[in-house]
Amino acid sequence: MTTKKNGQTIGFSNPPAVLGAAAVVGPKEGAGPLAGWFDVVKADRLLGMKSWEQAETKMVEEAVNLALAKAKVRHQDVDFFLGGDLLNQIVATSFAARTLDVPFFGLYGACATVAEALALAAVLVDGGFAVNVALASSSHHDTAERQYRFPAEFGIQRPVTAQWTATAVGAAVVGPHGKGKVQVTHVTVGRVVDYGQKDPMDLGAAMAPAAADTIARHFEDTGRDPEAYDLILSGDLAAVGHPLCAELLERKGLRLDSRFVDCGLMLYDDTQEPVAGASGCGCSASVFAGYLFKNLEQGRFKRVLLVPTGALHSPTSCQQGESIPCVAHAVVLERSG
Amino acid sequence: MKATKEQADEYKRLVMRRSPRPAVLRNALWAFGVGGTICAVGQFFLNLALLGGLPLTEAVSLVAGVMIAIGAGLTGLGVYDRIGKRAGMGAALPITGFANSIASAAMDFRREGLLLGVGARLFTIAGPVIVYALAAGLVVAIIRMLVAGPAGS
Repeated sequence: MTTKKNGQTIGFSNPPAVLGAAAVVGPKEGAGPLAGWFDVVKADRLLGMKSWEQAETKMVEEAVNLALAKAKVRHQDVDFFLGGDLLNQIVATSFAARTLDVPFFGLYGACATVAEALALAAVLVDGGFAVNVALASSSHHDTAERQYRFPAEFGIQRPVTAQWTATAVGAAVVGPHGKGKVQVTHVTVGRVVDYGQKDPMDLGAAMAPAAADTIARHFEDTGRDPEAYDLILSGDLAAVGHPLCAELLERKGLRLDSRFVDCGLMLYDDTQEPVAGASGCGCSASVFAGYLFKNLEQGRFKRVLLVPTGALHSPTSCQQGESIPCVAHAVVLERSG
Repeated sequence: MKATKEQADEYKRLVMRRSPRPAVLRNALWAFGVGGTICAVGQFFLNLALLGGLPLTEAVSLVAGVMIAIGAGLTGLGVYDRIGKRAGMGAALPITGFANSIASAAMDFRREGLLLGVGARLFTIAGPVIVYALAAGLVVAIIRMLVAGPAGS
Protein backbone atom coordinates (compact mmCIF):
# COMPACT_ATOMS: atom_id res chain seq x y z
CA MET A 1 0.00 0.00 0.00
CA THR A 2 1.34 3.41 -0.92
CA THR A 3 -1.03 5.68 0.95
CA LYS A 4 0.95 8.34 2.81
CA LYS A 5 0.24 9.93 6.11
CA ASN A 6 1.97 13.17 6.99
CA GLY A 7 1.11 14.81 10.29
CA GLN A 8 -2.66 14.88 10.43
CA THR A 9 -3.08 14.50 6.68
CA ILE A 10 -3.69 11.35 4.69
CA GLY A 11 -2.80 11.48 0.99
CA PHE A 12 -4.41 8.75 -1.08
CA SER A 13 -2.15 7.32 -3.73
CA ASN A 14 -5.14 5.88 -5.60
CA PRO A 15 -7.64 8.63 -4.81
CA PRO A 16 -11.13 7.14 -4.48
CA ALA A 17 -13.80 8.68 -6.69
CA VAL A 18 -17.08 10.27 -5.69
CA LEU A 19 -19.39 8.33 -8.01
CA GLY A 20 -22.51 10.32 -7.34
CA ALA A 21 -24.04 12.77 -4.88
CA ALA A 22 -27.49 14.10 -4.07
CA ALA A 23 -28.86 16.91 -1.94
CA VAL A 24 -32.40 16.96 -0.56
CA VAL A 25 -33.40 20.19 1.18
CA GLY A 26 -36.33 21.91 2.86
CA PRO A 27 -38.39 24.83 1.57
CA LYS A 28 -36.26 27.60 3.09
CA GLU A 29 -33.04 26.19 1.64
CA GLY A 30 -34.85 25.63 -1.66
CA ALA A 31 -35.72 29.32 -1.79
CA GLY A 32 -32.11 30.40 -1.25
CA PRO A 33 -29.32 31.29 -3.67
CA LEU A 34 -28.26 27.65 -4.21
CA ALA A 35 -31.80 26.44 -5.06
CA GLY A 36 -30.86 25.37 -8.59
CA TRP A 37 -28.09 23.07 -7.35
CA PHE A 38 -30.23 20.87 -5.13
CA ASP A 39 -31.75 17.68 -6.46
CA VAL A 40 -34.95 17.73 -4.44
CA VAL A 41 -36.62 20.67 -2.71
CA LYS A 42 -39.36 19.72 -0.25
CA ALA A 43 -42.45 21.88 -0.12
CA ASP A 44 -42.82 21.56 3.66
CA ARG A 45 -40.67 20.40 6.56
CA LEU A 46 -42.97 17.63 7.78
CA LEU A 47 -43.20 15.74 4.46
CA GLY A 48 -46.60 14.39 5.46
CA MET A 49 -45.00 12.35 8.25
CA LYS A 50 -46.13 12.07 11.87
CA SER A 51 -43.09 13.78 13.37
CA TRP A 52 -40.15 15.99 12.39
CA GLU A 53 -37.84 13.09 13.22
CA GLN A 54 -39.62 10.82 10.77
CA ALA A 55 -39.40 13.55 8.14
CA GLU A 56 -35.63 13.82 8.63
CA THR A 57 -35.22 10.04 8.28
CA LYS A 58 -37.30 10.11 5.12
CA MET A 59 -35.06 12.81 3.66
CA VAL A 60 -31.94 10.77 4.45
CA GLU A 61 -33.40 7.71 2.73
CA GLU A 62 -34.35 9.73 -0.31
CA ALA A 63 -30.95 11.41 -0.60
CA VAL A 64 -29.03 8.13 -0.29
CA ASN A 65 -31.27 6.35 -2.81
CA LEU A 66 -30.86 9.25 -5.21
CA ALA A 67 -27.07 9.30 -4.78
CA LEU A 68 -26.96 5.54 -5.42
CA ALA A 69 -29.08 5.92 -8.55
CA LYS A 70 -26.85 8.69 -9.85
CA ALA A 71 -23.73 6.65 -9.09
CA LYS A 72 -25.38 3.67 -10.82
CA VAL A 73 -24.65 1.52 -7.78
CA ARG A 74 -27.25 -1.02 -6.64
CA HIS A 75 -28.11 -1.48 -2.96
CA GLN A 76 -26.61 -4.95 -2.87
CA ASP A 77 -23.30 -3.53 -4.12
CA VAL A 78 -22.94 -1.09 -1.22
CA ASP A 79 -20.32 -2.37 1.19
CA PHE A 80 -20.88 0.19 3.94
CA PHE A 81 -23.13 3.09 4.74
CA LEU A 82 -21.57 5.85 6.87
CA GLY A 83 -23.54 8.72 8.28
CA GLY A 84 -24.75 10.82 11.13
CA ASP A 85 -26.91 13.72 12.19
CA LEU A 86 -27.48 16.00 15.17
CA LEU A 87 -30.08 14.02 17.06
CA ASN A 88 -29.52 12.09 20.27
CA GLN A 89 -28.35 8.59 19.35
CA ILE A 90 -28.23 9.79 15.69
CA VAL A 91 -31.68 8.31 15.13
CA ALA A 92 -32.39 10.05 11.83
CA THR A 93 -29.51 8.26 10.15
CA SER A 94 -29.77 4.96 12.07
CA PHE A 95 -33.46 4.69 11.19
CA ALA A 96 -32.66 5.38 7.55
CA ALA A 97 -30.00 2.66 7.73
CA ARG A 98 -32.70 0.27 8.91
CA THR A 99 -34.53 0.84 5.63
CA LEU A 100 -31.41 0.90 3.45
CA ASP A 101 -30.44 -2.49 4.87
CA VAL A 102 -26.66 -2.30 4.28
CA PRO A 103 -23.78 -2.56 6.80
CA PHE A 104 -23.76 0.66 8.78
CA PHE A 105 -21.26 2.78 10.68
CA GLY A 106 -22.99 5.54 12.67
CA LEU A 107 -20.86 8.67 12.95
CA TYR A 108 -21.04 11.78 15.09
CA GLY A 109 -18.98 14.84 14.34
CA ALA A 110 -21.76 17.41 14.74
CA CYS A 111 -21.80 19.65 11.66
CA ALA A 112 -18.45 18.23 10.49
CA THR A 113 -20.00 14.77 10.02
CA VAL A 114 -19.95 14.88 6.21
CA ALA A 115 -16.16 15.34 6.25
CA GLU A 116 -15.74 12.52 8.74
CA ALA A 117 -17.84 10.31 6.45
CA LEU A 118 -15.95 11.31 3.30
CA ALA A 119 -12.60 10.71 5.01
CA LEU A 120 -13.54 7.28 6.34
CA ALA A 121 -15.21 6.26 3.06
CA ALA A 122 -12.04 7.16 1.17
CA VAL A 123 -9.90 5.26 3.70
CA LEU A 124 -12.10 2.16 3.36
CA VAL A 125 -12.00 2.27 -0.44
CA ASP A 126 -8.31 3.10 -0.82
CA GLY A 127 -7.42 0.53 1.81
CA GLY A 128 -9.15 -2.13 -0.24
CA PHE A 129 -11.78 -2.90 2.38
CA ALA A 130 -14.71 -1.72 0.29
CA VAL A 131 -15.67 -1.07 -3.30
CA ASN A 132 -18.67 1.20 -2.83
CA VAL A 133 -19.34 3.23 0.29
CA ALA A 134 -22.51 5.29 0.67
CA LEU A 135 -22.54 8.23 3.06
CA ALA A 136 -24.99 10.82 4.30
CA SER A 137 -25.20 13.65 6.77
CA SER A 138 -28.41 15.40 7.72
CA SER A 139 -30.02 18.03 9.88
CA HIS A 140 -33.58 19.24 10.26
CA HIS A 141 -34.46 22.62 11.67
CA ASP A 142 -37.28 21.45 13.91
CA THR A 143 -35.70 18.27 15.26
CA ALA A 144 -32.52 20.17 16.14
CA GLU A 145 -34.24 23.23 17.62
CA ARG A 146 -36.38 21.23 20.01
CA GLN A 147 -33.41 19.18 21.14
CA TYR A 148 -30.89 21.99 21.52
CA ARG A 149 -33.09 25.01 22.21
CA PHE A 150 -36.82 25.67 22.40
CA PRO A 151 -40.13 24.39 21.00
CA ALA A 152 -40.78 25.49 17.42
CA GLU A 153 -43.64 27.87 18.25
CA PHE A 154 -41.95 29.52 21.24
CA GLY A 155 -41.68 33.25 20.56
CA ILE A 156 -38.11 34.02 21.46
CA GLN A 157 -35.82 36.63 19.99
CA ARG A 158 -32.62 35.15 18.59
CA PRO A 159 -29.36 36.97 19.23
CA VAL A 160 -27.66 38.38 16.13
CA THR A 161 -24.95 35.74 16.40
CA ALA A 162 -27.38 32.80 16.27
CA GLN A 163 -27.51 30.57 13.22
CA TRP A 164 -30.38 28.72 11.61
CA THR A 165 -30.18 24.91 11.56
CA ALA A 166 -30.70 23.92 7.95
CA THR A 167 -33.23 21.32 6.89
CA ALA A 168 -30.99 19.52 4.45
CA VAL A 169 -29.35 16.22 3.62
CA GLY A 170 -26.29 15.57 1.52
CA ALA A 171 -25.51 12.03 0.41
CA ALA A 172 -22.78 10.57 -1.79
CA VAL A 173 -21.27 7.32 -2.97
CA VAL A 174 -17.50 6.86 -2.85
CA GLY A 175 -16.04 4.16 -5.08
CA PRO A 176 -12.86 2.93 -6.75
CA HIS A 177 -10.19 5.22 -8.20
CA GLY A 178 -10.79 6.08 -11.82
CA LYS A 179 -14.52 5.33 -11.75
CA GLY A 180 -15.54 8.97 -11.52
CA LYS A 181 -14.28 12.42 -12.41
CA VAL A 182 -14.34 13.83 -8.88
CA GLN A 183 -11.90 12.29 -6.45
CA VAL A 184 -10.89 12.56 -2.81
CA THR A 185 -7.11 13.08 -2.81
CA HIS A 186 -6.35 14.14 0.77
CA VAL A 187 -8.05 14.40 4.12
CA THR A 188 -6.76 16.32 7.12
CA VAL A 189 -8.28 14.99 10.31
CA GLY A 190 -8.79 17.77 12.82
CA ARG A 191 -8.05 17.79 16.50
CA VAL A 192 -10.65 18.94 18.99
CA VAL A 193 -9.98 22.60 19.73
CA ASP A 194 -11.51 24.56 22.60
CA TYR A 195 -10.87 28.28 23.03
CA GLY A 196 -13.13 28.62 26.02
CA GLN A 197 -16.22 29.92 24.20
CA LYS A 198 -19.40 29.06 26.07
CA ASP A 199 -22.28 30.63 24.16
CA PRO A 200 -24.35 28.01 22.28
CA MET A 201 -26.04 30.90 20.45
CA ASP A 202 -22.67 31.92 18.97
CA LEU A 203 -21.27 28.68 17.58
CA GLY A 204 -19.43 30.39 14.73
CA ALA A 205 -17.08 32.07 17.19
CA ALA A 206 -16.60 28.78 19.04
CA MET A 207 -15.76 26.84 15.85
CA ALA A 208 -13.49 29.37 14.11
CA PRO A 209 -10.28 28.34 15.98
CA ALA A 210 -10.87 24.65 15.12
CA ALA A 211 -11.31 25.50 11.43
CA ALA A 212 -8.20 27.70 11.45
CA ASP A 213 -6.22 24.94 13.20
CA THR A 214 -7.17 22.29 10.64
CA ILE A 215 -6.68 24.57 7.62
CA ALA A 216 -3.24 25.68 8.82
CA ARG A 217 -2.32 22.07 9.56
CA HIS A 218 -3.45 21.04 6.09
CA PHE A 219 -1.14 23.53 4.37
CA GLU A 220 1.73 22.58 6.65
CA ASP A 221 1.28 18.83 6.05
CA THR A 222 0.86 19.10 2.27
CA GLY A 223 3.35 21.91 1.69
CA ARG A 224 0.76 23.61 -0.52
CA ASP A 225 -0.22 27.25 -0.74
CA PRO A 226 -3.81 28.52 -0.62
CA GLU A 227 -3.39 29.33 -4.34
CA ALA A 228 -3.47 25.59 -5.02
CA TYR A 229 -7.24 25.69 -4.47
CA ASP A 230 -10.02 27.27 -6.49
CA LEU A 231 -12.19 27.39 -3.42
CA ILE A 232 -11.74 26.80 0.29
CA LEU A 233 -15.07 26.26 2.04
CA SER A 234 -15.59 26.23 5.76
CA GLY A 235 -18.69 24.41 6.98
CA ASP A 236 -20.95 26.67 8.98
CA LEU A 237 -18.89 29.42 10.58
CA ALA A 238 -21.37 32.00 9.25
CA ALA A 239 -21.22 35.77 9.59
CA VAL A 240 -19.42 35.83 12.94
CA GLY A 241 -17.09 32.83 12.69
CA HIS A 242 -15.95 33.13 9.09
CA PRO A 243 -14.16 36.49 9.37
CA LEU A 244 -12.76 35.37 12.74
CA CYS A 245 -11.30 32.28 11.10
CA ALA A 246 -9.80 34.37 8.28
CA GLU A 247 -8.19 36.64 10.87
CA LEU A 248 -6.78 33.72 12.87
CA LEU A 249 -5.29 32.30 9.66
CA GLU A 250 -3.79 35.64 8.72
CA ARG A 251 -2.04 35.72 12.07
CA LYS A 252 -0.49 32.39 11.10
CA GLY A 253 0.63 33.96 7.83
CA LEU A 254 -2.05 32.40 5.61
CA ARG A 255 -4.04 34.72 3.36
CA LEU A 256 -6.93 32.87 1.73
CA ASP A 257 -8.54 35.97 0.18
CA SER A 258 -11.78 35.66 -1.78
CA ARG A 259 -11.38 31.94 -2.38
CA PHE A 260 -12.30 31.42 1.27
CA VAL A 261 -16.07 31.07 1.53
CA ASP A 262 -18.50 29.49 3.99
CA CYS A 263 -21.34 27.02 3.34
CA GLY A 264 -23.34 28.66 6.14
CA LEU A 265 -23.22 31.98 4.29
CA MET A 266 -24.18 30.44 0.94
CA LEU A 267 -27.42 28.69 1.87
CA TYR A 268 -29.64 31.71 2.55
CA ASP A 269 -29.74 35.26 1.24
CA ASP A 270 -30.06 38.43 3.28
CA THR A 271 -33.82 38.66 2.93
CA GLN A 272 -34.25 35.26 4.57
CA GLU A 273 -34.62 35.40 8.29
CA PRO A 274 -31.50 33.72 9.75
CA VAL A 275 -29.36 36.42 11.21
CA ALA A 276 -25.83 35.04 11.07
CA GLY A 277 -26.28 32.23 8.51
CA ALA A 278 -27.00 28.53 8.30
CA SER A 279 -25.69 25.66 10.40
CA GLY A 280 -26.29 21.96 10.89
CA CYS A 281 -24.88 18.69 9.54
CA GLY A 282 -26.97 19.16 6.42
CA CYS A 283 -25.52 22.61 5.70
CA SER A 284 -22.04 21.60 4.52
CA ALA A 285 -23.36 18.21 3.35
CA SER A 286 -25.93 19.69 0.97
CA VAL A 287 -23.56 22.39 -0.29
CA PHE A 288 -21.03 19.62 -0.99
CA ALA A 289 -23.50 17.20 -2.61
CA GLY A 290 -25.37 19.91 -4.52
CA TYR A 291 -23.19 22.85 -5.41
CA LEU A 292 -19.62 21.63 -4.97
CA PHE A 293 -19.84 18.15 -6.48
CA LYS A 294 -21.71 19.34 -9.57
CA ASN A 295 -19.34 22.24 -10.17
CA LEU A 296 -16.38 19.88 -9.90
CA GLU A 297 -18.03 17.33 -12.16
CA GLN A 298 -18.77 19.98 -14.76
CA GLY A 299 -15.18 21.18 -14.58
CA ARG A 300 -15.80 24.68 -13.23
CA PHE A 301 -13.63 23.91 -10.23
CA LYS A 302 -10.40 21.96 -10.49
CA ARG A 303 -9.51 21.51 -6.85
CA VAL A 304 -11.34 22.56 -3.70
CA LEU A 305 -10.78 22.23 0.04
CA LEU A 306 -13.92 21.48 2.03
CA VAL A 307 -13.56 22.11 5.77
CA PRO A 308 -16.80 21.29 7.62
CA THR A 309 -16.83 22.45 11.23
CA GLY A 310 -18.62 20.92 14.19
CA ALA A 311 -19.40 22.09 17.72
CA LEU A 312 -19.20 19.10 20.03
CA HIS A 313 -21.32 20.39 22.90
CA SER A 314 -24.62 19.15 24.25
CA PRO A 315 -27.39 21.12 25.98
CA THR A 316 -26.34 19.41 29.23
CA SER A 317 -22.65 20.31 28.90
CA CYS A 318 -23.55 23.95 28.21
CA GLN A 319 -25.95 24.12 31.16
CA GLN A 320 -23.20 22.75 33.38
CA GLY A 321 -21.00 25.67 32.34
CA GLU A 322 -18.57 23.73 30.14
CA SER A 323 -16.95 25.49 27.19
CA ILE A 324 -17.65 24.28 23.65
CA PRO A 325 -15.04 21.94 22.10
CA CYS A 326 -15.04 22.02 18.30
CA VAL A 327 -13.59 20.04 15.43
CA ALA A 328 -13.00 20.59 11.72
CA HIS A 329 -11.87 18.11 9.10
CA ALA A 330 -10.52 19.09 5.68
CA VAL A 331 -11.21 17.12 2.52
CA VAL A 332 -9.52 17.80 -0.82
CA LEU A 333 -11.83 17.20 -3.78
CA GLU A 334 -10.22 17.26 -7.18
CA ARG A 335 -11.42 16.84 -10.71
CA SER A 336 -9.30 14.36 -12.59
CA GLY A 337 -8.34 14.91 -16.23
CA MET B 1 -6.45 20.94 22.68
CA LYS B 2 -7.76 23.28 25.29
CA ALA B 3 -6.48 26.83 24.98
CA THR B 4 -4.60 28.31 27.93
CA LYS B 5 -6.33 30.96 30.01
CA GLU B 6 -4.32 33.69 28.22
CA GLN B 7 -5.16 32.33 24.75
CA ALA B 8 -8.84 32.02 25.66
CA ASP B 9 -8.95 35.55 27.08
CA GLU B 10 -7.22 36.99 24.04
CA TYR B 11 -9.62 35.17 21.75
CA LYS B 12 -12.58 36.36 23.79
CA ARG B 13 -11.45 39.97 23.25
CA LEU B 14 -11.12 39.34 19.50
CA VAL B 15 -14.63 37.85 19.38
CA MET B 16 -16.05 40.82 21.28
CA ARG B 17 -14.36 43.22 18.86
CA ARG B 18 -15.63 41.40 15.78
CA SER B 19 -19.13 40.42 16.88
CA PRO B 20 -22.08 42.30 15.41
CA ARG B 21 -23.94 44.58 17.80
CA PRO B 22 -27.64 43.94 18.35
CA ALA B 23 -29.92 46.68 17.04
CA VAL B 24 -30.82 47.85 20.54
CA LEU B 25 -32.95 50.86 19.55
CA ARG B 26 -34.94 48.97 16.92
CA ASN B 27 -35.47 46.06 19.30
CA ALA B 28 -36.57 48.41 22.08
CA LEU B 29 -39.05 50.17 19.79
CA TRP B 30 -40.50 46.83 18.67
CA ALA B 31 -40.75 45.63 22.28
CA PHE B 32 -42.41 48.88 23.32
CA GLY B 33 -44.88 48.83 20.44
CA VAL B 34 -45.89 45.18 20.70
CA GLY B 35 -45.86 45.06 24.52
CA GLY B 36 -47.89 48.26 24.62
CA THR B 37 -50.39 46.93 22.09
CA ILE B 38 -50.89 43.74 24.10
CA CYS B 39 -51.47 45.81 27.24
CA ALA B 40 -53.92 48.08 25.38
CA VAL B 41 -55.89 45.04 24.24
CA GLY B 42 -55.99 43.84 27.86
CA GLN B 43 -57.14 47.28 29.02
CA PHE B 44 -59.88 47.23 26.37
CA PHE B 45 -61.26 43.94 27.69
CA LEU B 46 -60.95 45.17 31.28
CA ASN B 47 -62.96 48.29 30.52
CA LEU B 48 -65.51 46.17 28.69
CA ALA B 49 -65.87 43.85 31.68
CA LEU B 50 -66.20 46.79 34.08
CA LEU B 51 -68.80 48.39 31.81
CA GLY B 52 -70.64 45.07 31.89
CA GLY B 53 -70.88 45.49 35.64
CA LEU B 54 -68.27 42.99 36.89
CA PRO B 55 -66.44 43.85 40.12
CA LEU B 56 -62.78 44.78 39.58
CA THR B 57 -61.19 41.59 41.01
CA GLU B 58 -63.38 39.36 38.87
CA ALA B 59 -62.91 41.53 35.80
CA VAL B 60 -59.11 41.22 36.18
CA SER B 61 -59.36 37.41 36.35
CA LEU B 62 -61.57 37.38 33.28
CA VAL B 63 -59.14 39.55 31.32
CA ALA B 64 -56.22 37.29 32.31
CA GLY B 65 -58.19 34.32 30.96
CA VAL B 66 -59.01 36.14 27.71
CA MET B 67 -55.37 37.17 27.19
CA ILE B 68 -54.16 33.63 27.86
CA ALA B 69 -56.65 32.34 25.28
CA ILE B 70 -55.40 34.91 22.76
CA GLY B 71 -51.74 34.02 23.41
CA ALA B 72 -52.37 30.28 23.16
CA GLY B 73 -54.56 30.77 20.08
CA LEU B 74 -51.91 32.82 18.26
CA THR B 75 -49.35 30.15 19.20
CA GLY B 76 -51.53 27.44 17.71
CA LEU B 77 -51.92 29.45 14.53
CA GLY B 78 -48.13 29.77 14.28
CA VAL B 79 -48.17 33.54 14.66
CA TYR B 80 -46.84 34.18 18.16
CA ASP B 81 -43.31 32.95 17.48
CA ARG B 82 -43.07 35.46 14.65
CA ILE B 83 -44.23 38.27 16.92
CA GLY B 84 -41.76 37.15 19.58
CA LYS B 85 -38.85 37.08 17.14
CA ARG B 86 -39.28 40.81 16.54
CA ALA B 87 -40.61 42.04 19.84
CA GLY B 88 -38.46 40.00 22.27
CA MET B 89 -39.48 40.75 25.85
CA GLY B 90 -42.33 42.92 24.56
CA ALA B 91 -44.05 39.69 23.58
CA ALA B 92 -42.56 37.42 26.26
CA LEU B 93 -43.33 39.43 29.37
CA PRO B 94 -47.14 39.93 29.12
CA ILE B 95 -49.33 37.00 30.12
CA THR B 96 -49.76 36.13 26.42
CA GLY B 97 -46.06 35.25 26.36
CA PHE B 98 -46.51 32.98 29.35
CA ALA B 99 -49.36 31.28 27.49
CA ASN B 100 -47.11 30.96 24.44
CA SER B 101 -44.37 29.25 26.43
CA ILE B 102 -46.84 26.63 27.68
CA ALA B 103 -48.83 26.15 24.45
CA SER B 104 -45.66 25.85 22.33
CA ALA B 105 -44.29 23.17 24.66
CA ALA B 106 -47.61 21.32 24.55
CA MET B 107 -47.58 21.37 20.75
CA ASP B 108 -43.96 20.26 20.50
CA PHE B 109 -44.16 17.39 22.95
CA ARG B 110 -47.59 16.12 21.88
CA ARG B 111 -45.85 13.52 19.72
CA GLU B 112 -44.15 11.99 22.74
CA GLY B 113 -47.57 11.20 24.22
CA LEU B 114 -49.95 12.82 26.70
CA LEU B 115 -48.21 11.58 29.83
CA LEU B 116 -44.44 11.73 29.26
CA GLY B 117 -44.71 14.29 26.46
CA VAL B 118 -47.27 16.97 27.23
CA GLY B 119 -47.65 16.07 30.92
CA ALA B 120 -43.97 16.02 31.81
CA ARG B 121 -42.75 18.76 29.48
CA LEU B 122 -45.59 21.31 29.57
CA PHE B 123 -43.68 23.59 31.94
CA THR B 124 -40.15 23.20 30.50
CA ILE B 125 -39.99 26.94 29.82
CA ALA B 126 -42.63 28.30 32.20
CA GLY B 127 -41.56 26.06 35.10
CA PRO B 128 -38.71 28.22 36.40
CA VAL B 129 -40.99 31.29 36.36
CA ILE B 130 -43.56 29.50 38.51
CA VAL B 131 -40.97 28.01 40.87
CA TYR B 132 -39.22 31.30 41.54
CA ALA B 133 -42.43 33.35 41.63
CA LEU B 134 -43.74 31.03 44.36
CA ALA B 135 -40.41 31.04 46.19
CA ALA B 136 -40.20 34.85 46.04
CA GLY B 137 -43.82 35.10 47.23
CA LEU B 138 -43.01 32.89 50.19
CA VAL B 139 -39.96 34.95 51.16
CA VAL B 140 -41.90 38.21 50.89
CA ALA B 141 -44.77 36.76 52.96
CA ILE B 142 -42.36 35.67 55.71
CA ILE B 143 -40.74 39.10 55.79
CA ARG B 144 -44.13 40.78 55.94
CA MET B 145 -45.20 38.50 58.79
CA LEU B 146 -42.03 39.26 60.76
CA VAL B 147 -42.38 43.00 60.22
CA ALA B 148 -46.12 43.54 60.46
CA GLY B 149 -47.41 40.41 62.15
CA PRO B 150 -49.76 37.79 60.64
CA ALA B 151 -52.02 38.93 57.79
CA GLY B 152 -55.35 40.33 58.87
CA SER B 153 -54.01 41.51 62.21
